Amino acid sequence: MSLITLTVNGRAQQAEPRPGQCLRTLLRELGWFGVKKGCDAGDCGACTVHLDGKPVHSCLVPAFRAEGSTITTIEGLADTVPGEGLHPMQQAFLDAQGFQCGFCTAGMVMTASTLDPAQKAELPRALKGNLCRCTGYSAIADAIAGRCSLDADADGAASGRSLPAPAGPDIVTGQARYTMDAAPVGDLAGLLHLKILRSPHPHARIRAIDSTRALAVPGVVAVLTHKDAPDALFSTARHHHHSDDVDDTRVLDEVVRFVGDRVAVVVAQSEAAAEAGCAAIAVDYQLLPAVFDPEAAMAPGAPVIHDKPATSRIADISRNIVAELHGHIGDVDQGFDAADLILERSYTSQRVQHAHLETHGAIGWRDTDGRLVIRSSTQTPFLTRDALCRLYGLPRDRVRVFAERVGGGFGGKQEMITEDIVALAVMKTGRPVKLEFTRTEQFAASTSRHPMTVRVKLGAKADGTLTAIEMEILSNTGAYGNHGGGVLFHGANECIALYRCANKKVDGHAVYTNTLPSGAFRGYGLSQTNFAVESAMDELARALDIDPFALRRRNVVVPDDPLISYDPHPHDVEYGSYGLDQCLDLVENAFADAVPGDPGPDWMVGRGMAAAMIDTIPPRGHTAESRLRLLADGTYQLSVGTAEFGNGTSTVHRQVAATALGTRAANIALSQSDTEHVRHDTGAYGSTGTVVAGQATQRAAQALAEMIRAAAASRLGVAPEACRLDGDAVVAGEQRLALSALAPEGLEAVGHASGSPRSIAFNVQGFEVAVHRRSGEIRILRSVHAADAGTVINPMQCRGQVQGGVAQAIGAALYERMIVDDTGAIANPSFRGYHIPSFADLPQTQVLFADTYDRVGPLGAKSMSESPYNPVAAALANAICEATGVRLTQTPFTADRLYRLLPDQK
Amino acid sequence: MDLHSISDVVRPRGRDEIGPPRAGDALLGGGTWLFSEPQPHVRRLIDLGALRWPALEAGAHGLTIAATCTVAELYAFEAPPGWNAAPLIGECCRAFLASFKVWNTATVGGNLCLSLPAGPMISLCAALEGDCVIWTAEGGERRMPAVGFARGPQDPALAPGEVLRAIEIPVEALTRRFAFRRASLTPLGRSGVLLIGTRARDDDFALTITAATRRPVPLRFDEVPTRDALHHAVTSIPLSLYYDDLHGLPDWRRHMTVLFAEEIRAELAEGAP
Repeated sequence: MSLITLTVNGRAQQAEPRPGQCLRTLLRELGWFGVKKGCDAGDCGACTVHLDGKPVHSCLVPAFRAEGSTITTIEGLADTVPGEGLHPMQQAFLDAQGFQCGFCTAGMVMTASTLDPAQKAELPRALKGNLCRCTGYSAIADAIAGRCSLDADADGAASGRSLPAPAGPDIVTGQARYTMDAAPVGDLAGLLHLKILRSPHPHARIRAIDSTRALAVPGVVAVLTHKDAPDALFSTARHHHHSDDVDDTRVLDEVVRFVGDRVAVVVAQSEAAAEAGCAAIAVDYQLLPAVFDPEAAMAPGAPVIHDKPATSRIADISRNIVAELHGHIGDVDQGFDAADLILERSYTSQRVQHAHLETHGAIGWRDTDGRLVIRSSTQTPFLTRDALCRLYGLPRDRVRVFAERVGGGFGGKQEMITEDIVALAVMKTGRPVKLEFTRTEQFAASTSRHPMTVRVKLGAKADGTLTAIEMEILSNTGAYGNHGGGVLFHGANECIALYRCANKKVDGHAVYTNTLPSGAFRGYGLSQTNFAVESAMDELARALDIDPFALRRRNVVVPDDPLISYDPHPHDVEYGSYGLDQCLDLVENAFADAVPGDPGPDWMVGRGMAAAMIDTIPPRGHTAESRLRLLADGTYQLSVGTAEFGNGTSTVHRQVAATALGTRAANIALSQSDTEHVRHDTGAYGSTGTVVAGQATQRAAQALAEMIRAAAASRLGVAPEACRLDGDAVVAGEQRLALSALAPEGLEAVGHASGSPRSIAFNVQGFEVAVHRRSGEIRILRSVHAADAGTVINPMQCRGQVQGGVAQAIGAALYERMIVDDTGAIANPSFRGYHIPSFADLPQTQVLFADTYDRVGPLGAKSMSESPYNPVAAALANAICEATGVRLTQTPFTADRLYRLLPDQK
Repeated sequence: MDLHSISDVVRPRGRDEIGPPRAGDALLGGGTWLFSEPQPHVRRLIDLGALRWPALEAGAHGLTIAATCTVAELYAFEAPPGWNAAPLIGECCRAFLASFKVWNTATVGGNLCLSLPAGPMISLCAALEGDCVIWTAEGGERRMPAVGFARGPQDPALAPGEVLRAIEIPVEALTRRFAFRRASLTPLGRSGVLLIGTRARDDDFALTITAATRRPVPLRFDEVPTRDALHHAVTSIPLSLYYDDLHGLPDWRRHMTVLFAEEIRAELAEGAP
């Protein structure tokens, strides 16, 4: 097409849009990386810009129509108002910290800045076109309402204060860099684009691949097939011990096992050429029988999905069982014999997607030293580095993996599903290569939560005392076993260990099917099993006419009770603190203090609750290293391995270090998530960013503080004990020595944390709901969540984690559902078909913290990012049951399924 | 999103510049649907925006809505006194799943031509007894009732080379009283059921069922029907005509249709002359 002129942020720019190009891509090519690609379909609003003064989703605007137009992006918003500094809406998002990962923020601010008072009064409608997956929208509502959530920073007293995220100013101005925000210059000059040809069949053997036509497409540089890939088997799952997962995956395989599996890749000079190349590849498939249902997959005669050697560690190849679990304590038969009441029911949790707004993606290249460098959207840069080394036989010092700011993870990025293929393409072509998942690929070809059916059988005395607990888990791990075993074992644990009972028995199977692989997902199996156990406990309470809070109090573990689910072997989990009693009281009292809502005679109203426990750290090792250095100006440089994806740990690390160093958080500069910076960090998963990596930071800070005191003592001629760190100086009596004077000594300390021992954290969720008698519509009238997080290092952020977790879980309980069609494909691979909560879909969740101090965690803190998710589905089901008498056993709960079960329809 | 298969864009300034249709053509209204999904079969875009049709023309005849009128332009329309049904415009715009930002580019004609059951501009034009003005490939013009234009999901009554030019809403429909009901599985979500009832002074009663069914279903009565008569008419719609997708199971859509139909009947029966 011809050259067009447009004005972007006050600057006249020329561009040559491609015929089918959208404005978003054009703007990013012009360098405006604040314009984000979230859904690429007009649903999420991350690409919102002002086009001739009107807010539009720039992914939907044909680029050629921008001719002669005036465009404002987040980078230019501040210049549209008089004076220096930020636009008032940018400042408002900073003051309220109306973001977590920040990927949606530019679009959110660009939209909010256009709202008139009437629209601000009706935010559910005004923000329909802006999706945030992290916050649950409370902090966004605060921002737009002009509320400030911040405390002042103070020397030596950073912990316990609501301090702002260090990246905030960059996020609200569109300067924060995410994985794909890199121009093809410098190391990336000549950047190639990688597209994956994906299987249209659920199970097939590739007889032949003909790339001739693809290689003839102008711009195509290479086509890679299984013949180009290493023979090595690995798992996409990333764990501290790589042998925790089954090795059942090749970079490119001759067998495809789900619709969407990798067949071949095309590397080309443009995305369009790579796409055209994929379409031009001819593949001869030998179709194989497929199985989609996990029960059928275990039955005799089912197609074997992975015929792998014993070294792959698959539990039972012939029955498609990736992992199984059988354990008990006591004797459940005796326990049920002793029961006055026995309840048994199965509960089903559906397949849901993480739906982080930044899709998976990686960019790889060789640096000037010839070393392989991967810039990736990952929660586990170190483990991914190690996996690449194993896969391609490279020494650790020849591979660098780093993450820029990550646009949300929720477990989805505890997986290597882009880096392996990008690395191969870099090694084959010798050129920089980029792979960015489309939103469709994100849904149809990444990972999801494990769909599970969980049967629970409870026996209890008439007074509610549990006599036996039995649970049986059937988990669908999909086409590959990544996280299949881990999720099964974790899911079987804390939801049962929560209850004191002499007789427990758990059996479980994680089973292959020819469907999208399941993977790590917030809660790691516990959201599914908690739904079952806590629903069953509610049924028990109703059957015995005991208050559900009272039933929990009668049966939950208290300090000194053994923490045992199905396995009596020794472990390293201890009562570092205990706040479950407080959590139960907090939710119960919050309900008692509130008059039930009365939406009118058409509605039935009820309340429900559920409890949850979680170990604060994953088992069997999770290590971190932090390095801390005193700088010439008396401030500090902190390097940590853990990644920031909206979990807020960047803020926490600075607060932890500042507290130990007697300074303010603002004086700690942070670098993170780069294999260059520290030796190892297991990764930002299992809610470890604070409790493990933060522990390492605290130890580094304590060690550095010691070194500073010792150095100052010798300068001042006093004992080290007489020295105290005070902001930018060391004080000893009347003497004051500036830290900058000590900087030439090169003071640096390293801290380590091993992830053991571990503690336990608690969450209790309460809901009040209304159900429409005739339509089945479910409305949440009230949401209360009590959390036992130990010391709350940053109350605003921790509250945000809880609200965000509850919000994501409400999505899974009421709206979200990945539909697998008759061919095994995901039928709804977009936000239009897969509804994640928007502002209109969520209540304001009241968050209450227990007052505890953990003796295991840093500064007394415990983990609090996954666990708020877990009790939500059961609490909702229990509230719906209280309102209607209908027991729902399958998420999501929707009006079109509920209405016909209601009393008025019978 | 970027549509990589497109190699050509035509921006006609007059009807004579549109030229003969080709395989792989797509008419570009606002582009809010075209650019929201991969379109591997589209090779050429014909940008109707370049034709610069006046968005709205209101007069004694009623309201003419250009196919390229944006939802935002329609939403901002200020109706003359006496057009009792004009608030339906706002109701139907707010029934969009898409946000107000998308309204700035999405077009009324685009919504009709996409022909999805939940298309609220279809609901509006069908309930207000609009006529679709269609340019034929041969250079002529034909008209058809809007209620029959959306024949089923993504099946508009357009032949290759035809262009939806405008929708004409007669003043008789605009002066009727109305009642509006909508249900969705999520708050402010995509419509699973959307019913509009209208009634003129002379006692007739029109009910238009959309979103619930694969295509609009008009029910027309010379007078306000009895509860039983309406119930019979609604329950005579075969279950197979109810749409089945993830925005609602067919039996729930039928259940809600029956409920809403009666609510609308009751609402419009009140205050009868």
